[in-house]
Order: sequence, then C-alpha cells, then structure tokens
Amino acid sequence: MILNAIKIALKVLARRKFFTFISLFGTSFTLIVLVVVAALLDIFIRPGGPERNMPRMLGLYQCVMKSEGGNSTWSGSPGYRFLSRHVKTMQSPEKITIFSSHNTVSIYEGTDKYNIGLRHTDATYWEVLDFRFIEGVPFDAHHEQQASQVAVINQQTKERFFGSGSALGETIEIDGQTFEVIGVVENVPATNRSAYADVWVPIPTKKNRDYLDAMMGGFNALLLARSRSDFPAIKREYAAVLQQIDWPDPHGDFEMLGGVDTPLEVMARKFFNETEEGEVSTGVLTAVMSLAALIFMLLPSMNLTNINLSRIMERASEIGIRKSFGANSRHLVLQFVIENLVLTAIAGLIGFLGAYVILWSITQSDLFAYATFSPNFRVFAAGLLLILVFGTMSGVYPAWKMARMHPVYALKGGQS
Amino acid sequence: MIQLEQVGKVYRTEKIETLALADVNISIPQGAFVSIMGPSGCGKSTLLNMMGLLDQPSDGEVRISGQNMSHMGDGDLARFRNQHIGFVFQSFHLIPDLKVIDNVEIPLLYRSLTHKERTRLAHAALDRVGLSSRVDHFPSQLSGGQQQRVAIARAIVGEPSYILADEPTGNLDSQMGDQVMGILEGLNEERQATIVMVTHDEEMAKRSHRIIRLFDGRQVDA
Repeated sequence: MILNAIKIALKVLARRKFFTFISLFGTSFTLIVLVVVAALLDIFIRPGGPERNMPRMLGLYQCVMKSEGGNSTWSGSPGYRFLSRHVKTMQSPEKITIFSSHNTVSIYEGTDKYNIGLRHTDATYWEVLDFRFIEGVPFDAHHEQQASQVAVINQQTKERFFGSGSALGETIEIDGQTFEVIGVVENVPATNRSAYADVWVPIPTKKNRDYLDAMMGGFNALLLARSRSDFPAIKREYAAVLQQIDWPDPHGDFEMLGGVDTPLEVMARKFFNETEEGEVSTGVLTAVMSLAALIFMLLPSMNLTNINLSRIMERASEIGIRKSFGANSRHLVLQFVIENLVLTAIAGLIGFLGAYVILWSITQSDLFAYATFSPNFRVFAAGLLLILVFGTMSGVYPAWKMARMHPVYALKGGQS
Repeated sequence: MIQLEQVGKVYRTEKIETLALADVNISIPQGAFVSIMGPSGCGKSTLLNMMGLLDQPSDGEVRISGQNMSHMGDGDLARFRNQHIGFVFQSFHLIPDLKVIDNVEIPLLYRSLTHKERTRLAHAALDRVGLSSRVDHFPSQLSGGQQQRVAIARAIVGEPSYILADEPTGNLDSQMGDQVMGILEGLNEERQATIVMVTHDEEMAKRSHRIIRLFDGRQVDA
C-alpha cells in the first residue's frame, strides 16, 4: 500500500508539473536560505580554526569611556594601557591575551605592492589561540620583552614572498621595519575575528609608542576561562575592574563601561546597540532570530497548505472514485500524506544540494578569505523536519476533510 | 441478491426537505440484468447509490447477499464495495493523472495483492474490453467509448458480484453505446454478474431482463 502510494505520488507529481514546480521551488528555496544563513551565522558564532576554543573564551572588543556627567563619550575598541594594566591582571581567567585590531598594510617587492593583514600581539596570544604551525615556532615572552623584530607569517604570505622552500630565518620588510620570520602557520579564515591576519609581530615593535598610554583604541583582548562555568565570575571581576581604574588623569572623572562577551553576546550587543551595559542578554536575540526563521518557514508552509487545499479540492472526484471502489478514510489520508512526504523529500534533496552549491561558491570566492563554509546538518535537519511537519499538516487536514466527504458529493467534484 | 425494503430517502437542508425516494421495494436476484428508468430527477441515481452503498436510506433497509447494510460502519461498507460491487459512471470518472492500467488497478489497491498479481488482473480486464493495446495511455488520449470501456474494466477487475452502471451509454454515440451494452451483456451471461443499469434509453433498457420505472421518487412499475 505504501509503496504503491509512493508510486502514485510520483506519477501525480510528474503529471502536475506546474504544481510540482511551485511546491518544490517554495520548499527548497526556504531550505536553501535557512541553511546558508545558518552556515554564515554558525561560522561567526563557532568559528573553528585557531578560534576553536572560542566556547571557553570571552572577548573584549568594545568599551565606552565617558566623562563625568556624560558630556564626552568615546566608544570603540579598548586601548593598550587599559588592557595591560587592568584586564591582563585579572585573576579569574586561565589566560588573557592582548592583541591589536586587524590592520591592512602595504608591502612592496620590487615594483609590486601587496596588501597584507598585520596584527601586533603579546606572547600569550599563541597559547590562547590554537594556530597550526607548518614550520618554526611562535614568538615568546622573551621576544616580547626585548621587542624582538620577529614575525609569524601565514602560508600564503610565505608562498608569495619565499616560494615553496622554508621561510625560517628570512626577513620581511613591513612599514619600514625588518622582521625575521620565525614561524609559518596555516592560513586563518577571515571569519576568525581575533586570529585572522597574514603577519603577526610582538606588540612592543610598534613604531609609535602612543599606544602605551591609550585607554581607548586599537586593541582587543581574549579571556580564556578554565570552563564556561567560570564566565559569571570573570564577568563579575571585569565589572569590578571597571570601578577601580587607575586613570592617567586622576582629576578627569572618567568612567569605563561595557562588558566581556561570548560571540553571541557580541552580536546581541551590536543588534540592540547596548554598548554601555555590563551584560547583554542573548535570549531576546535568539528569540528574534528563531521567530524570524519560523516566520520565514511559515510563509512557504502556509502557501503550501493553500496549494494543497486547492489541489485536493480539484481531486474531490478522485476521492469519490477511490471511495466507490473500496478506499476508506485511512487509505485516502495515507495517500495524500505520502504524496506530501515524497514532495518534501525531493524538495529537501534539492534544498540541500542548492545550499551546498551556494556555500561552496562562497568558499571559492574571496568574500571571506580562507574560510570554508559547509552546510550545517542540524539546521538542515531541523528545517526539513519543520517543513515536513508543516507539509504533513497541510496535507493531512485537507485529506482528512476530503476523506470524510460523502462519496456521492465527492464524485460530483465536491458539489452537492 | 439485492433487496430494498420500504426504502425512502429525504434530503434535508435548513430550509427545505426534498423527497428523493419513497417506499421503494425491489428484489433483484443474483445474475439478473435490470434497468432503472424514469424522467430526470425521479431518483434513479439515488436508488443506484443506495444499492451501491454510496448513500444511506432515510427509511427502510438495504440487503445485499442477505446482509443488512444499514448497521455497517464506513470501513465495513468500503470493504464490501471493494469486494462485491463495481461501478460504471456516465462521465467515466477515470483519474486523469493515471495511466489506463493504473486506473483499472484502483479497486485492487485496497486488497492484499502483489503488484504482479494486480497487473495481471488489470491486463486481463482490459483484454476483456478489447483495450490491451491502450494500457499505457492516459484517459485524455482515448475516445469516449474507449474511456467507458476502461471504466468497465475497472468495474470488473475485482470480479464483483454486482455491477452498477449509471447511464453507461449516456455520453456515447449509438455505435459506441452498443459496444458498451454488448460488453455488459457478455459479463451478465458469461460471469453471471448481477447488473443494474440506470438509463434514459428505452432501446438499451429493453435489452435487460427487467425494467424498474420510477416517477417522483416512487416505483411505478416493477
């Protein structure tokens, strides 16, 4: 019975090409968008690469400095003085690293100009983030203290400037400074907010020393917790730190606001523009995103229900015929549900393949350097399940309604 | 045997009551070929629907093969129709999305048969009505006469004891109508199938064993 219903479903779908196309397009398009958006979000929330330990990390990317009374407000990335004197000394995190924001600088080789991403970092950076070294080692605390002109470069930079041989011991000139290459790492995806760069050098090699006194600007920090359960304690300690800042100008009456965030909290902070709050709630953001996804799913599902309803009304006569020849309500409901399931399964396959092709295209493009996007099976499965539920419901209700129709009326096409 | 005792049917809406049948007593023995005649709206199709268990009487009882059908549930009625009754409709009622062979197989889908067995029986039924060469056609690719022959193949594929035909020649020209009548007569003679046929055509009716006449929902001649 079920095999036969599948066979009939395929025949009906093949014959009703327009209906089949509309239904398949609606469902597979919804799945494609859902899976692609989820894959893009996922790679920022769970970045992988050197940031694979991100679930244990809190980031400090933004803070707000206000003068007393709020006459002047500076909002942006924190400064080195604030991070090194107040954040780096925090006790509750396992490790804390300070590093500069990603800067694009130009390197000249002969007449050719290359733009590369540069970061200044401390030595702990290499302990907090999980870089894969192809050759050499990272710079250490000694290099940092001595302001050694050493650099770690990525594979692409190595291949561009030094070819296929070893780059260790070679030098690279950046912005008038010469650095010795001591390590080469695998390329880092651009979606790694804290790790992405082409060249990494020690912070003290910065030519301009103004950063040493800056409370705001140019730097970020990552706080690695022993476990996620330490997050509340770290957040509390950071809040306490903000109350006891040693300001360069003791008469300035400044205050520092903001918080340390998980990637999702960073999103929520931006989404709701809550730059000054110590803590942001991700619940509302999750609810808003879930609701948006649900509405997005609901629209094609309602459309499918509508199509199903009108389609099944067109088939009232068929229901009458089947009832006349011995079909009971269960047979009819089963047949229409299987038709919907077959349709959804085909749409699911198209949706998954479509999402895969789009994500592969994004990966191949230079939109996000070195990043690899792949479909998230959990999102795909959840989306498919939702569509399946909506699709089944949209098929069951009309089928159940029609299956109960008086056979004589059904034979007349649902007209009395 | 089909027996109708004191059968009446009233269609009720909020505003009006329509008497479709009243006090109908009919007994059709096994193997009979009976025609039902009467003017439009006199209750012929309603009567046929009662016999085919597609509709329930408001009064009286319908007995088929000795069983009182009044107390059967929908599931049992569906099973009985599937096992014992075959329908032929004026407008053929073939499913346009399905090929001829799949249309003919429909009654067998609701029996415990293998695909191979269903196909064998459907081919045999189509052979019986002379349409073996049209198994893979869709209904829209056939003439009216051919479509009605497919409908007859569908009605007989399950070898039912009763074939109920509602104006089976009504949409056909005289030559095709004659062909369809020939098939029905053959089924009646060779397989002893009981055939009840609603018709407007006096000539067709005369070819049956007996004519039941209705007027305004009442039996006027049996």
